[in-house]
Amino acid sequence: MTGAPLIEVEDLRIDLDDGSRRVAAAEGISFRIDRGETFGLVGESGCGKSITALALIGLLRPPLSIGGGVIRFEGKEIQHLSAARQRDLRGNRIAMIFQEPMTALNPVSPVGRQIAEMFVLHKGKSWREANKLAVEALASVRVPAPERRVNDYPHQLSGGMRQRVMIAIALACGPDLLIADEPTTALDVTVQAEIIELMRNLCAERGTAILMISHDLGLVANVCRRVAVMYAGRIVEERGSADIFRAPSHPYTQGLVDSLPRLGSRAALGRSRLKEIAGVVPAITSFPDGCRFNPRCARATDICRTVAPTAEWLEAGGLVRCHHHA
Amino acid sequence: MKLRANLIIGGALFALAILVGLLAPWLAHTDPVLDANLMNAEEPPSWTWWFGTDDQGRDIYSRVVYGARVSLTVGIVSQLINSVIGVALGLSAGYWGGWWDDVVNALTNLMLAIPSLIFALAIMAVLGPGLTSLLIALGLTNWSFTCRIARASALSLKSQGYVQAATVLGYGDVRIMITQLLPNMLGPIVVIGTLGMGSAVLSEAALSFLGLGVRPPFPSWGSMLSDARDQITTAPWLSVFPGLAIFLTVLGLNLLGDGLRDILDPQSRSRRT
Ligand SMILES: Nc1ncnc2c1ncn2[C@@H]1O[C@H](COP(=O)(O)OP(=O)(O)O)[C@@H](O)[C@H]1O
Ligand code: SF4
Ligand SMILES: [Mg+2]
Repeated sequence: MTGAPLIEVEDLRIDLDDGSRRVAAAEGISFRIDRGETFGLVGESGCGKSITALALIGLLRPPLSIGGGVIRFEGKEIQHLSAARQRDLRGNRIAMIFQEPMTALNPVSPVGRQIAEMFVLHKGKSWREANKLAVEALASVRVPAPERRVNDYPHQLSGGMRQRVMIAIALACGPDLLIADEPTTALDVTVQAEIIELMRNLCAERGTAILMISHDLGLVANVCRRVAVMYAGRIVEERGSADIFRAPSHPYTQGLVDSLPRLGSRAALGRSRLKEIAGVVPAITSFPDGCRFNPRCARATDICRTVAPTAEWLEAGGLVRCHHHA
Repeated sequence: MKLRANLIIGGALFALAILVGLLAPWLAHTDPVLDANLMNAEEPPSWTWWFGTDDQGRDIYSRVVYGARVSLTVGIVSQLINSVIGVALGLSAGYWGGWWDDVVNALTNLMLAIPSLIFALAIMAVLGPGLTSLLIALGLTNWSFTCRIARASALSLKSQGYVQAATVLGYGDVRIMITQLLPNMLGPIVVIGTLGMGSAVLSEAALSFLGLGVRPPFPSWGSMLSDARDQITTAPWLSVFPGLAIFLTVLGLNLLGDGLRDILDPQSRSRRT
């Protein structure tokens, strides 16, 4: 089992049941994350990143469901585990933090108690022990005066502090994988950088793999070794972070890279408009035939409008799904 | 934190009633049952007989003091039973939904359709009079409002980020209901519980008045009113003092409920800090 990747997703399909029919909200999703690796999932809002994450932790709820494919954790299939077994994985082996640090904490419970609850729940600790461990956990996310802060309620903490608490809760049980779904979108830019740095350092120290989800390619590429770009429910390109910036292969990825402000460029100073990708992401129920990007793609030809491109290995390493990739 | 007048007055009246009940053996002048003496029957209120005496010469003040025990026991215990039933049903129905929600809704509607006092009367008719019967009858018939509120709160709370976060962190359903949902709906539940205690005190009085309450000769405020109804013109103090006790206790509980609503309101809670 030592050779198996930590998590492996193969041809995952997520169905959306709209009452009369099933449509694929995401399909052909394949990727693997090794132990301690950092992997990013990028794409415009609505392309299926969050539902992919929910599928991994067994939390898709109607009208969404897994329509096919395999999810393996340490080589074992987990998509058909019983609810109780999945609960054992969640929070213990696979943890997740969200976008909204403002609402992700219980407002009527001291933060220390919320951290301690993880040790009681997953590690069978007594409350006495758990409370001590909670102070340590709070110290590890660099919250000053943790032995006093454990008694604070969430509303007494700033947004950045709350996200630190969320990280402490998520990492409390020493999970093997941390899923971070837009973890800093709701925070100030300066706080954002601190939180990302903290998360990256803690995970590196403990050998925790990260699945980082964001609409921000710059942020993801900065944190992750490899990046998968999603568009309309499909992964269109998967590369090493450096490669994807230097030589994006898929037209959509090129669009994303071009729309990033470069440090020191005029766009970054707000003097010229950033290049945007024209058009909008199609709705799940009206994905175009062929390549789903074709209505917005400058390189599209007839074949793009009828035949869906398959995933192709790139010589330089990585995958791309485009008939006319660079 | 600004304390409101209703909270202070309501709390004080309720606390007074509880103290009187607890300290009854020390506060009462005579034994409420045994110290009958026809020599001083139907004495009006005076320095010796603060609240007067009844037709058997028993001290009304002492009987009102002891009566607090029955009224408050019934009020508090039966409302606790109602709160537990209402919260358990409403919380689980709102969180789980589906067929269980339908069942709970049907039960709640049934309870709401039948006035709870009529329902309690029916139960009392089956169980017979007595304190235990009172507790059961009133404890099983007044949970529908709590249930409604618990269900509605659970419905709105379950989409909150922290409830979803708890699911992601591997919390089981029961743990989520107890640690994430219940504490966040406690405010309105406590308010309803306080008001419900008031109405349970009234219901106890009503049932005892109808002869279904605590067996005579042990005093309860309701049974004292019942005994006094023939002498309402000749000896009005027999009705006035137990009536006043009921009135002040229920008033206190209602004021307390209102006051608690003001401070437990989630909006004012966040403003407070
Ligand atoms: N509970 C749901 N019911 C119906 N549609 C949903 C639900 N959750 C997500 N979707 C749809 O699935 C698609 C992907 O959503 P999501 O994974 O949240 O996107 P994102 O990449 O922004 O995280 C979107 O089109 C969204 O409308
Ligand atoms: S397959 Fe065609 S439409 Fe799709 S991205 Fe490539 S060039 Fe554009
Ligand atoms: Mg999302």
